[in-house]
Amino acid sequence: MTTTVTKVTDGDGGTGGGRGAGSPYALTHLDALESEAVHIFREVAGEFENPVILFSGGKDSIVMLHLALKAFAPAAVPFSLLHVDTGHNFPEVLEYRDRVVAAHGLRLHVASVQDYIDRGVLRERPDGTRNPLQTVPLTEKIQRERFDAVFGGGRRDEEKARAKERVFSLRDEFSQWDPRRQRPELWNLYNGRHAPGEHVRVFPLSNWTELDVWQYIAREGIELPEIYFAHEREVFGRSGMWLTAGEWGGPKDGEVPETRLVRYRTVGDMSCTGAVDSDATTLDAVIAEIAASRLTERGATRADDKLSEAAMEDRKREGYF
Amino acid sequence: MTSTQTNPTTPGAAGALGETTLLRFATAGSVDDGKSTLVGRLLHDSKSVLTDQLEAVERASAGRGQDGPDLALLTDGLRAEREQGITIDVAYRYFATPRRRFILADTPGHVQYTRNMVTGASTAELTVVLVDARNGVVEQTRRHAAIAALLRVPHVVLAVNKMDLVGYAEPVFAAIAEEFTAYATELGVPEVTAIPISALTGDNVVEPSSVMDWYGGPTVLEHLETVPVSHDLAHCHARLPVQYVIRPQTAEHPDYRGYAGQIAAGSFRVGEAVTVLPSGRTSVIAGIDLLGAPVGEAWTAQSVTVLLADDIDVSRGDLIVPTEDAPATTQDVEATVCHVADQPLTVGHRVLLKHGTRTVKAIVKDIPSRLTLDDLSLHPHPGTLVANDIGRVKIRTAEPLPADSYADSRRTGSFILIDPGDGTTLTAGMVGESFAAPEPVRGDADEDGWDF
Repeated sequence: MTTTVTKVTDGDGGTGGGRGAGSPYALTHLDALESEAVHIFREVAGEFENPVILFSGGKDSIVMLHLALKAFAPAAVPFSLLHVDTGHNFPEVLEYRDRVVAAHGLRLHVASVQDYIDRGVLRERPDGTRNPLQTVPLTEKIQRERFDAVFGGGRRDEEKARAKERVFSLRDEFSQWDPRRQRPELWNLYNGRHAPGEHVRVFPLSNWTELDVWQYIAREGIELPEIYFAHEREVFGRSGMWLTAGEWGGPKDGEVPETRLVRYRTVGDMSCTGAVDSDATTLDAVIAEIAASRLTERGATRADDKLSEAAMEDRKREGYF
Repeated sequence: MTSTQTNPTTPGAAGALGETTLLRFATAGSVDDGKSTLVGRLLHDSKSVLTDQLEAVERASAGRGQDGPDLALLTDGLRAEREQGITIDVAYRYFATPRRRFILADTPGHVQYTRNMVTGASTAELTVVLVDARNGVVEQTRRHAAIAALLRVPHVVLAVNKMDLVGYAEPVFAAIAEEFTAYATELGVPEVTAIPISALTGDNVVEPSSVMDWYGGPTVLEHLETVPVSHDLAHCHARLPVQYVIRPQTAEHPDYRGYAGQIAAGSFRVGEAVTVLPSGRTSVIAGIDLLGAPVGEAWTAQSVTVLLADDIDVSRGDLIVPTEDAPATTQDVEATVCHVADQPLTVGHRVLLKHGTRTVKAIVKDIPSRLTLDDLSLHPHPGTLVANDIGRVKIRTAEPLPADSYADSRRTGSFILIDPGDGTTLTAGMVGESFAAPEPVRGDADEDGWDF
């Protein structure tokens, strides 16, 4: 694990004015965000009985796990992991998940959407998208295992319903999010009080942007599933996105598969996560691509968020991540 | 078909190359002052608004029958808010330039949103107060200045907006800047930077104004990029609230016992004599782990793990301080508070008080006064504080607390009160005197109870 200890002179990033030259004790933006996230992990470890980290194998949850490992080193991470498996996951991501779990001796819980469909509890949607189906398995797993704090990788820059999310977000026994019940968060004094049956969703990456996440991955040398980097893949176009061909339900009539050089900017359910055209095979190339991109990651790659202006708000209310 | 469109000239591309610093700032003001336009322009002109976000705004604007994209919609919030025509709370915005990363706490400015402004200001190192050049310093401006002063926000920017509507006239700006600066200074605001702008036309927001050549200072963005984001640690009391005790108990680390926490103020060195509060036990720092790397010195706001030379009892909630600079502990806390909950705070209220990493039982002994921020007038013994009220309280805690004065340390001089029944966050508290200046402006009704 690498740690960069740098003193930077703040306010001196360029030529202008010379007004801000100052203390050598300013943290870099990545150090500041890292320290804040570690503080959040440690607060939860100190105040909750049974926390769990939502781990999808996506870059945000990978960064969360990396931060948790650093926060408690040289001791083990005092949390288990929970993966909501849609049944339409990328095999590369499942392989990565299992390898990380084994490497760090972690305990993994899996809530299976396929299982709910097989039992007839959930029904497949006509569009084949399973993202909205994750809410029930997630909620029931939280109830059954009595998790009282659930770490999510959500960032406020992702979407405007998330922009008003708290770091500690109170959920009722049905996992529902009520914007009016959320508590003001002052200074760094988080309030984790909750009634039996309720839990708190905790978002250590609240203040990170997509670019911060990538810069941090590069700085820390964190390994990612290879689908985040450019590779040849058989894809087909649907709703303005490149979807991967597969048993989950594509391509359908009139949709023509073709092989393209693509990478994933987000990793979720195969049925609604789109790839982007890219030749970025290295972290530096990915960072340069994102910095120059004129689309948000959700706008570029998530079909489910295009459903309506308030799609994310609705799913959050129902207990989504 | 969606693909990643590129624009190699965006400032973000240059910003991606290296690590910069982070500035947390807040804006206060109403739509009438042009706050949404200012925020929208900062985001837009710094190229932080992406194509799909702009398209969403254009769709929403068209849906409302507006001709062009309304940049104010960029800062629009939840459907629950739109349906009820209210703004529930603080919205956080993120943008970056090659020189710095910014976290903006965007709050509405009306009286009933005082709690939101207090929340936004609590983590801010800079507040932008907007005034309309045609109206000058009004009641709301004084309220915003008072909140910045109460929360001890180190830097205040007065953005005198709508200069285009007063003919870009320097005397108009100068008079407003002088009046505001005098008022804010009296309240103890250490630094005011006044900037004449037009958010609508973009003058002095990101680009220097070509019209107001009489102004030689920075644009709003230039100032945000260069204002110092850290303090001179030599004058800070070093404080480390213990969050968690790390004990691996493995073959590799059989005796490791580290005290994990985020340094709330100042700096610590290996070899330094320290005292653990409230117990008062003493030891010496034997080592500091900075997230995996041993270091000789660490400072705020780094998250560290401290190892002590002696095997003494330390647990979550304790405060590690330099032995030569330990605060007194007390069970009687006097503070200025902002009440943030819908249910009122009353004398006799039994609460939980969270200070640093320690949560203790407490009782509200007295509410000596309530303060009106518009004119700083005092209302003695109000009996209760309701949402958005600012007041003085006296609290008795069940255990001694090592609280600093908020004026000395924002992190270790602050606390929240929590309802023990339903867990609601009731009140935000700041220990000690309200305003920094010895003789702040006084109202007519201040005969009693307000200890400045």
